[in-house]
Amino acid sequence: MDIQVRVWRQTDSSDKGRMVTYDVKDISPDASFLEMLDVLNEKLILDGDDPVAFDHDCREGICGACSMVIDGVAHGPERATTTCQLHMRHFKNGDVIDVEPWRAAAFPVIKDLVVDRSAFDRIIQAGGYITAPTGAAPEAHSTPVPKKDADLAFEAATCIGCGACVAACPNGSAMLFTAAKVAHLGLVPQGQPERDTRVLDMLQAQDDAGFGGCTNAGECTTVCPKGIPLTLIGRLNSDYRKALRNSNS
Amino acid sequence: MGQGLHTVIPVAVDTKVPQAAVAPSRSKKRTSSVLLKIIMAVTGIMLILFLYLHMIGNLKIFFGEEAFDHYAHWLRTIATPLLPKTWFLWIQRGGLTVAVIAHIASAVILARRASAARPVKYVHRPKVQGSYAARTMRWGGVIVLLFVIFHILDLTTGTLNPVGDKAHPYANVVADFALDRWYVTLFYTLAIVAVGFHLRHGIFSAVRTLGQQTARGERIARASALVLSVVLVVGYLSVPFAVMTGLVD
Repeated sequence: MDIQVRVWRQTDSSDKGRMVTYDVKDISPDASFLEMLDVLNEKLILDGDDPVAFDHDCREGICGACSMVIDGVAHGPERATTTCQLHMRHFKNGDVIDVEPWRAAAFPVIKDLVVDRSAFDRIIQAGGYITAPTGAAPEAHSTPVPKKDADLAFEAATCIGCGACVAACPNGSAMLFTAAKVAHLGLVPQGQPERDTRVLDMLQAQDDAGFGGCTNAGECTTVCPKGIPLTLIGRLNSDYRKALRNSNS
Repeated sequence: MGQGLHTVIPVAVDTKVPQAAVAPSRSKKRTSSVLLKIIMAVTGIMLILFLYLHMIGNLKIFFGEEAFDHYAHWLRTIATPLLPKTWFLWIQRGGLTVAVIAHIASAVILARRASAARPVKYVHRPKVQGSYAARTMRWGGVIVLLFVIFHILDLTTGTLNPVGDKAHPYANVVADFALDRWYVTLFYTLAIVAVGFHLRHGIFSAVRTLGQQTARGERIARASALVLSVVLVVGYLSVPFAVMTGLVD
């Protein structure tokens, strides 16, 4: 199939950036979106042009590296799918596809489609951990966890930290990410000692990084490749209120 | 490729983050966005309570001039003789003003953060998935505020009312919604519908901000937000339409 892509090109953070149109011919419908960009880049290199920079790593939907907004939707038109797992058969021959980076003040563009997501690292550093003795792993069943909590904690832990929630949010908010991290540690016994400081510190790091606030629009969960549920934001709000009360008493 | 094995092909991006790309760290700690939202939720609920009491009062118009005027005058004597005349009214007005200011101030801070969180807009951006109500919260709020100012000048101080007789509120209302003052009725209708949309998302959002986090709670919150908004809109609009159709004169 032959398509046209309009890709955001930006040489570095000081460049203003612009959309550039490229023709991509003879693409297999079974190629992934990233493989289509690989084909484009090979052609650009052979033509002596600068290839399009984009983040990618595992290409199997678990690392959270790929990050592009395709036709205005983070990770493209398929629900619960990362860009690397999106296949060209979901597009039509002759389509013109717009490809842009995540757009958020907290995620400055490094080059083309590559953004700096270290703001997420700062949120994790602020409280995305548990206090555990080092050494041999303890027997897994020594601390019983109710099945319901274990399931919800696992669901929250499937967040790969790609940042699609921020890219899609009309307020550029990172609440779904922070809520997932706060929930997955706060739901299990091992995460209780830091439960209060975790939510306060991670939220502070999130707000200080320049993300917007949540307005419960629900865009984040729609584009989330792991389908992190919006209800976790309610859980974060509740944890925050309890932590605030405990820290004042 | 015919360029020899030693040609360096630039396929990977330099992954070291240039310092300029890193978002400047904020020296000042931000007020928590969740705390601001809790303030909005609590003040919003206070204002909804007022709106419901006000609506019940308005509906007294269907019991005739005497009943309506008696109710309006009673507002000045609430809590007498414990408090001097009109004191309760002024305390309540003070409370409402504080709630409105806190609600708007928090909204302005959050709206400014949201717009700063996405300095570069998307070139291709489909309509946000969230409901119409969610998308119009900010401008809807502005319409409601303008209406409240007009409404106080019209039916509280009587400045903009054709009758403007404080002793006869019934006559003021009937004169207000006369057919030749169709623009007042139109503005009133527009504002009330705006309140309805504002509450449909606002109630649902407030409940989540205060910690609602289950799928069942989500359904109940959505349904009650819709019912409470519709009842409020119908209750308020029944008065001008009753005057226009001659049911009340």
